[in-house]
This record gives sequence, structure tokens and C-alpha cells, in this order.
Amino acid sequence: MQRNSNHPTICKIEKVVDETPTVRTLTFSDDVLSNVLPGQFAMVWIPGVNELPMSVMVSEEKGKAAFTIRKYGEASTALYNVKVGEPIGIRGPYGNSFRIKEGKLLLVGGGTGLVPLMRLLTGIKPSDDVTLIMGAKTQSEVFFEDYANKLLDHNTHQVIVATEDGSYGQSGLVTDVMDNLCQNTKFDAVYTCGPELMMSKVVKIATLKEMFVQASLERMMKCGVGICGSCCVNDDLVCKDGTIFDGKHLLSKSEFGHTHRNKAGILEAY
Amino acid sequence: MLETKVNSSLCTFIGSIKLERPTILASGILGISLDVFNRIYHAGAGAVVTKSLSKEPWEGYANPTIFSVKGDGWLNAVGLSNPGAPNFAKMIESNKDVPIIVSLVGSIEDDFEFMIKQFENTKVLAYELNLSCPHVAKVGLEVGDDPELVKKIVKTVKSSTDVPVIAKVGLGTTNYLDTVDAACKAGIDAITAINTLRAMAIDVETKRPILSNKIGGLSGTPIKPIAVRCVYEISSQHKIPIIGCGGISSWDDAIEFILAGASAIQIGSAVGDNWIQVFDEINKGILQYMEKNGFSKIEEMVGLAKKF
Repeated sequence: MQRNSNHPTICKIEKVVDETPTVRTLTFSDDVLSNVLPGQFAMVWIPGVNELPMSVMVSEEKGKAAFTIRKYGEASTALYNVKVGEPIGIRGPYGNSFRIKEGKLLLVGGGTGLVPLMRLLTGIKPSDDVTLIMGAKTQSEVFFEDYANKLLDHNTHQVIVATEDGSYGQSGLVTDVMDNLCQNTKFDAVYTCGPELMMSKVVKIATLKEMFVQASLERMMKCGVGICGSCCVNDDLVCKDGTIFDGKHLLSKSEFGHTHRNKAGILEAY
Repeated sequence: MLETKVNSSLCTFIGSIKLERPTILASGILGISLDVFNRIYHAGAGAVVTKSLSKEPWEGYANPTIFSVKGDGWLNAVGLSNPGAPNFAKMIESNKDVPIIVSLVGSIEDDFEFMIKQFENTKVLAYELNLSCPHVAKVGLEVGDDPELVKKIVKTVKSSTDVPVIAKVGLGTTNYLDTVDAACKAGIDAITAINTLRAMAIDVETKRPILSNKIGGLSGTPIKPIAVRCVYEISSQHKIPIIGCGGISSWDDAIEFILAGASAIQIGSAVGDNWIQVFDEINKGILQYMEKNGFSKIEEMVGLAKKF
């Protein structure tokens, strides 16, 4: 069958890895999604349940891709529970990608927001000096620390973990760690993905220090292709114009860091 | 500024409704934010139609709700998700520049009367009554299939507002020309034809319907010849202004609808295929066609195919 990137293509899950008690990575074979740009996403159909936008996770094996999912609502829990051998449908890839700069790079990720940042790490130069700050609520919810260190093996780098309850790494929020770090260090670029209030703070800190910053936004999505309008942030469509936006652009949008739309399209505060 | 933005040759009239350009954003597409409307208007659309609004907010169906079918065209069953007329009216209250056509969906005449009241203090170019959504019970096509009900609704709406009222018709179980006839007799100002066509897709690997609602509406290039036929038929039987809709993705598609009898055209699925520059591309193409064929106004071309 000829592939139509806007029509679900069925893939069987080949491997399931528990990252934490609430987060899993599901790996499958797909040549197209294995080669997406950092930050691009797919619409993932869980047959009989729902379809979700998911950032495409790196797989170390050629021709394979993955999704890393936290069980949360009905749809994400259903995707989390998909077993080896079971089918999912994928459409895409959709969206733009990070503009990867060179030099001193800072990545700030929270929870499954680390997914596009992991893929970004596969696209950097060996000469780059990379700092990754990863946030979690508690020690048992920390994931991708070892994987990030492995991907950064050939770079000057540091991976800093921050837990909100102080059970592992530094105590507090990733934005506190970033704030401290930026007192003495200027980065050539900052990339962030995670909860929007966290990203909003990251963008503000970076902009105040006159550093280039990009954030990957998440919104409720139905089509992924700029038809339904569900994912709009002011006059931007996250699926078509993003998901990645420059910080400066985001700070000019009244909805960024403040509101998102529910299923009926009504603005709700974060 | 887009070069087609201020070209008076592109100006068209749908009855008393004046548009600077004949390309309109179809209902259901990108229609929930005033900021997005502004962007689409400045990208070249002559007007924008909102998502169909109901009395109360509706969440719509679970995903999958929109995807493309193999070959060409799009299948959707969004389920008329919308913030509800009262919320929406508040949201567009500050509108100054954008010609907004408000699409309304309801089951009985009182629903429409209530909703129109919400927009009393808002700048509205026209109302478009959705009598043709094919995938939600008790509204849309189920209303359009009942010409007597259509007559009642149109009469009520016409007496509730001085703003022009358009009926959007589609192909259901009743002859759509009877629906058009009922709307015309009740005093409708214009007709939009057509809506999506009831359709479905089944995934052969999982052996199940892909849309969560199982059945939805087909749009895009596959339905264009059907829509052209409908515009031609309506235009041949009634002296009513028509807005053509269904699978328009290029300037020649737009011209085809105009020759069939449409005074303006709506664009929906093509936004998914070509994004919002599609409005300017089509406007430019129409202008070039007019120059090449010696037309100075859109209305000179409306319905020309009927003389054969």
C-alpha cells in the first residue's frame, strides 16, 4: 500500500520499556518517523480509543522510532498500556524543528518534554558544549539521565537533574537551576520543552539575558495539519507554525504561558 | 500588502453582501479565534465563516476526527465542537476589520433566535445556517432534510435580524433542491452549496472504522464535480445568489464554480493541503484569468456555463 502521510499507517509495537512507574517508551519500525527532525511530531491513533499528538522519540536502532508516554488521561493511559505486538496508527510527521545553533547550548526539559530534546541531542556537533537540565517531581520519576549522558559522550557536557522534593539531584525547579546557572554563564542558545509555565519562565530568563531561545509548545490537537484550529495560540497554529517557536515571538503572544483552549475551544487559564 | 488585496476587479456581491475578494474561508476550518480570522483575512480571504456555533459549548467527538483518505480528499467527524454562541460572540466583540460570517447550528427555530440575539452588538457580515452537517444527530443535515422545518427556521431568523442570512445546504435523504426551494420561499438571502458528503473509511489491518464516530463527511477534490453540479442546478432553477463550496483548491476550480453560477466561493480542505496562502494564490489566478479573457468584474462571469 502506498503511504499517505495524512492517513493512519499501522505499526506494531516491538518493544516496551518502563522508564519510571508512570512513563513508558514504545518502540516500532517506521522508516519515515525514524528520520524526523528534532521536535517534529506524529498523530498517534490508539484504535478504539483516541488519537494523540506525540513528539517522536529517538531509537538507537536503524529504521525504528519510539514514543515516550506518561499515563495521565484516558487516551495517554491507553497508549501507555499498548502491549508488544499490538497496533497503533501513525500520521505525520508534522511541525517544524529546532534551529540548532553551535557553541554553548542549554537544554531545559520537564517530564516527557525531554523527548524532543533527546532527538535534538542527536543533531549537535561534537564541538558543542552542552548543559541539560532535566526536571522531575521526585527521584522515581527521573528518566533519560543515563541516555542523555550517553548521547553526549563525545561532547563537553553536564546533565543536571532537579527534583521538586529534593529526593535526587538538586532540589527545586529546573528554572531555579537555570536562573543560578545563567548568573555567570551566557549560552549561545537555549531550548526548552515541558509544562508551559516552566517554558514561559525559561523563555523569560533567557530573553532577559539576551540569549537565543526556542520552546516546543503543546496544545489540544485534532487534525495536526492546520484545518481544525484547535491548537491556536493567538494567531499561530501550533501544528503548522510550530510546535517550535522563538522566545521573542512567544513573548509577543498574550496566550503563551497564560491560557490554552479546551475541547470546545474555550480559553482556560493554566 | 498582498497585490490582490485592493484590486476592485475581484470585488463581488452575494446579493447585498459586498466582498472585496470572492474567496471565503469555509465553516469548520480554523474558525475559533479572532486572531486567526485576522490572519486569514490578511492572507487574502474576502471573508471568514466561523465554526458552526450552537447554543451551548460542544466538545465534539473523540479523535480520530480528521485525516485524509487514500487517493485524495479529507474525511472528518469533528462533531461540531465549538465554544457556544454566547462565548463566541464575546470573543469577536472587538472585531473591527474582518468580514465575519457567523455559522449557526440548531434543531429548532428558537435555537437560532437565541443565538442571533447574542450577536446584537457584534459586527457580523452575514449568518450562515448550517443545514447540512452530515455527522451530528438532530442538527445539520437532519434539519436540512425537513423542508418544512427549514422554512420555519429561515422565517424566524429573517424576522430576528436585518443582517443577510445564508443557508448552507448539502446532500441528504431529501432532494436538496426542495430544501433550497423552502429556504428561498421563506426569504433566504443566499445559498451556500455544498457541505461534506456522508462517508467512511475502514482500516484493513485493525478491521475497524477509523473515525471515532465511524461515519463522517468527505471533503476536498473528490467532491468537486458534485458541488459544481449542485451550484449549476440551483442557479438554473432559482434567482438566488450562490456561494460555491466543495473541493476548490486552485483558481480554475474557483472559476468553474463561478461559471456554474456562484458569486463567491468557499475554501476549506485546500487549507489542509496548501495552507493559508491558498487564498492569495486563487485570487491571483482569478485575476489573471479575467485579464486574459477580458472580464472586468466577477459578476460578468457568474453562470456563463448555463447558456449552453
